[in-house]
Amino acid sequence: MLADVDPAGLRLTNLEQLESESIHIIREVVAQFSSPVMLYSIGKDSSVLLHLTRKAFFPAKIPFPLLHIDTTWKFSEMIEFRDRIASELGLELITHTNPEGLDMGLNPFDQHSTYYTDVMKTQALKQALDAGEFDAAFGGARRDEEKSRAKERVFSFRDRHHRWDPRNQRPELWNLFNGRVNKGESIRVFPMSNWTELDVWQYIHIEGIDVVGLYFAAQRPVVKRDGALIMVDDDRFRFEAGETPEMRSVRFRTLGCYPLSGAVQSTAATVLEVIAEQLNATRSEREGRVIDHDSSGSMEDKKREGYF
Amino acid sequence: MTADQSIDRSGISTCIDSLVETFEHRELLRFLTCGSVDDGKSTLIGRLLHDTKRVYEDQLAELSAHHSGVQGSDLQVDLAWLMDGLKSEREQGITIDVAYRYFSTARRKFVVADTPGHEQYTRNMATGASNSDLAVILIDAQQGMGVQTKRHMYITSLLGITRVVVAVNKMDLIDWSESRFKQICADCREFSKRHACVETYFLPMSALHGDNVVHRSSNLGWFDGPTLMEHLETVDIADDVDLRHFRLVVQNVIRDGQGFRGFAGTVASGIVRPGDTVVAVPSGIGSNVERIVTFNGDLDIAGPGRAVTLTLTDEIDIGRGDWLVSDPTVPLRAHKLDADLVWMNENPLKGGYRCILQSEGGSTNTTVTAIRHRVDINTGDEQPAASVGLNDVARCVIALDKELMFDPYRVNRRTGSFILVDRLNNATVGAGMIVAASSPWDRTPEPTLIGTTSGIEGWERSIRYGQKPCTVLITGLTAAGKSTIATALERELFDRGKVSVRLDGENVRLGISRDLGFSNPERSENLRRIAEVARLVNNQGLIAIAALVAPDAEVRARARALLTPDRFVEVFVDTPIEVCRVRDDKGMYAAAERGEITSFPGVSAVYDRPTEMDLRLDTSVRSPQQCAAAIVDLLAARGFLRG
Ligand SMILES: Nc1nc2c(ncn2[C@@H]2O[C@H](COP(=O)(O)OP(=O)(O)O)[C@@H](O)[C@H]2O)c(=O)[nH]1
Repeated sequence: MLADVDPAGLRLTNLEQLESESIHIIREVVAQFSSPVMLYSIGKDSSVLLHLTRKAFFPAKIPFPLLHIDTTWKFSEMIEFRDRIASELGLELITHTNPEGLDMGLNPFDQHSTYYTDVMKTQALKQALDAGEFDAAFGGARRDEEKSRAKERVFSFRDRHHRWDPRNQRPELWNLFNGRVNKGESIRVFPMSNWTELDVWQYIHIEGIDVVGLYFAAQRPVVKRDGALIMVDDDRFRFEAGETPEMRSVRFRTLGCYPLSGAVQSTAATVLEVIAEQLNATRSEREGRVIDHDSSGSMEDKKREGYF
Repeated sequence: MTADQSIDRSGISTCIDSLVETFEHRELLRFLTCGSVDDGKSTLIGRLLHDTKRVYEDQLAELSAHHSGVQGSDLQVDLAWLMDGLKSEREQGITIDVAYRYFSTARRKFVVADTPGHEQYTRNMATGASNSDLAVILIDAQQGMGVQTKRHMYITSLLGITRVVVAVNKMDLIDWSESRFKQICADCREFSKRHACVETYFLPMSALHGDNVVHRSSNLGWFDGPTLMEHLETVDIADDVDLRHFRLVVQNVIRDGQGFRGFAGTVASGIVRPGDTVVAVPSGIGSNVERIVTFNGDLDIAGPGRAVTLTLTDEIDIGRGDWLVSDPTVPLRAHKLDADLVWMNENPLKGGYRCILQSEGGSTNTTVTAIRHRVDINTGDEQPAASVGLNDVARCVIALDKELMFDPYRVNRRTGSFILVDRLNNATVGAGMIVAASSPWDRTPEPTLIGTTSGIEGWERSIRYGQKPCTVLITGLTAAGKSTIATALERELFDRGKVSVRLDGENVRLGISRDLGFSNPERSENLRRIAEVARLVNNQGLIAIAALVAPDAEVRARARALLTPDRFVEVFVDTPIEVCRVRDDKGMYAAAERGEITSFPGVSAVYDRPTEMDLRLDTSVRSPQQCAAAIVDLLAARGFLRG
């Protein structure tokens, strides 16, 4: 029966294995939970997660909605991208902005980034999850992104206040994921836990996945602030004394609110060039994210509060 | 390639292409590092990451800022610090969980499960090991093999890891001594003998100085094996993959609302191709694979580990938890299992605990009915236990409310494992590896039971009866003539003044086996009871004649072992099935063919033809008396009959 099969040809490559494992996790969530949702951040990891989800249920449609927390300060290119993808793929997309934060006119220029992030992202997310009564929320986070994530579970348990308790996480063995929750509790699911940034880019390359153009180098107006390159994305930008935008060839490794996202100087204008840059990478990805530098371990504090 | 920002595009693009191509064909290898505190695990992982250039500049920058008050080793930064993750743990100076690290070379990508050494060890190590292809067990060369090493070897083998690297670390502190290294290897080999089929690579190393980690060592010139990295990059991790038996447990049924109906799941073993015949279990209904559907187009073939969606040529009723298999004997089925449990909860496990068992096929209410024994993880010894504490390993009996389909864990890690979930707080409290369906053959009696010995010696009985005791097992199909031969044999022995006890399978079913049906486990149990009675009979100096179908070769072998092979005579009544059918005055064959009797050996169930019998008889050419005489001749020749 096996005479005509070359076993070597059946071996999965790293990417094929990661893909299959992620698909398995996504399917498991749909089987175990009554009301899942996918947190869609518009970034490259979200793009890959969306792609994996389409694959998991092909030829059927994705059997759950996408949720985007809109702080109103995302790069305009991100919002255009989001709306285009949603309409092209016929996705059910929920967007939510914290109405109180909006009323108070919170913005990342006037408020401290910790406070701003808590109201516009963490609280907004909780509001939206409560409103939708979702019992599972997919995210595109990876363990290699940051030190504290190395121990994060694939199924990360959250109590009824969406809090994460590092001491109350379930051991995960084999490919068995315990998704049992009591009413009000939920699970954050990270199907791409074992992917690295390089895996993500390679996968984008071979699968031809559409990502926001901001990931590729172009001449963009930036100001240098506290060592970070901040892009002047619209006329709401608050210049400090002596600041004038200058055009530089930059790209972004992670995307969020534009005043809080640091660009890196680069000429990598295509996926392949980004990968080439990756293979020589000497700076870790979150470095460009201003929020991380508040204090060491700040990411962990945010996670406990319910931020992704 | 250089990190030069001003890349010359045209010249370099083909270079990028081939580089990217190489990286896309990399395989994934998951490994586990284990060692006691201070053996150098963190240093080793830091060294692997560092030497493979994955320690990013800014992480290093942050690191040196943190450690400004610390005396530096020759690596400048304390690599171990890099391995600690969570803030609160950092403050307490301990690590409490499994951390996953990633690094890669051009050949492979690696996922390292780092499990720190302290009390929570068993739980964490089992978690890390459950998905690992390989384990690196560290030994401090100054300490040699200790109790901890034995524990690591035991858990590694319990979790089914068959590839182990024993890395003897800190060789620099013992002057790179070859003889000391060899001594440690010899100690390990002696101990690891008991763990069958583990392939072990012994390696002398200094994690701190980098000798034999990624780079070869001039200090260890006497050692010419591959470095740890070379070994990790080249070790074959697919040689034990089962390609023969296709198994897929259905996760979801996919419907697109326009008539498409596919079965989604991950191939657990074997291969599948369009046109293959598959059987859905438990229903037993067969069909053919129509398509292997994926987003990127249909596949011609899919192998282990691949997530696929299959469509079948027939409309059959299949749901989550059903299996699609190439060979319907593949999943075993039972309501009661023997399993090795790793207990992961503060509250100890006691017999009678009700919980939920979650396996590849879904969830079922379950009771842990009994604890057979606890394992001392430092020695591998089995001890009786009334309860199982956190981080204990125990062999338990699990009773499921619904029949479970499974494979033994040794056969398939994916379909042979489960977790236990508490019904109140939903915590994952235990991890289980299925050994087999629970069978009374394996049940060990209460340790408080001690048999009484007779005052009569065996030789006294032997003189009185003029015989030595033995058991004659007469096996064969229904209506082959077993009972007739058994009766004739009994007569023949009686006439010669010998004393025997006849145990006819059917007679036994009228009494002590009245509670048994005819399924395979029940037939096995019937033979076990007869064998146990025969053992008592033999102990009294008498000859036992057991006549029953005994269709399963493995069960017959157990009877042989129980009664000791030199006192056991297996007689195969090899009457052609057509002759049996004619002789069958109760019409059993006809009923079986009509489907009225299920699991009827020779028709709807397997009869394993004996291959190691002591005597084969064909009753279509010999009379019962001739057959009995042949058995008597054999018994005489084997010295069971005197005078
Ligand atoms: N001399 C020497 N010291 C080592 C070596 N490997 C680790 N160490 C030291 O042993 C101590 C414990 O190492 P660490 O990696 O923290 O051990 P862990 O508890 O297993 O993670 C540290 O002080 C290391 O610097 C080695 O190969 N040679």
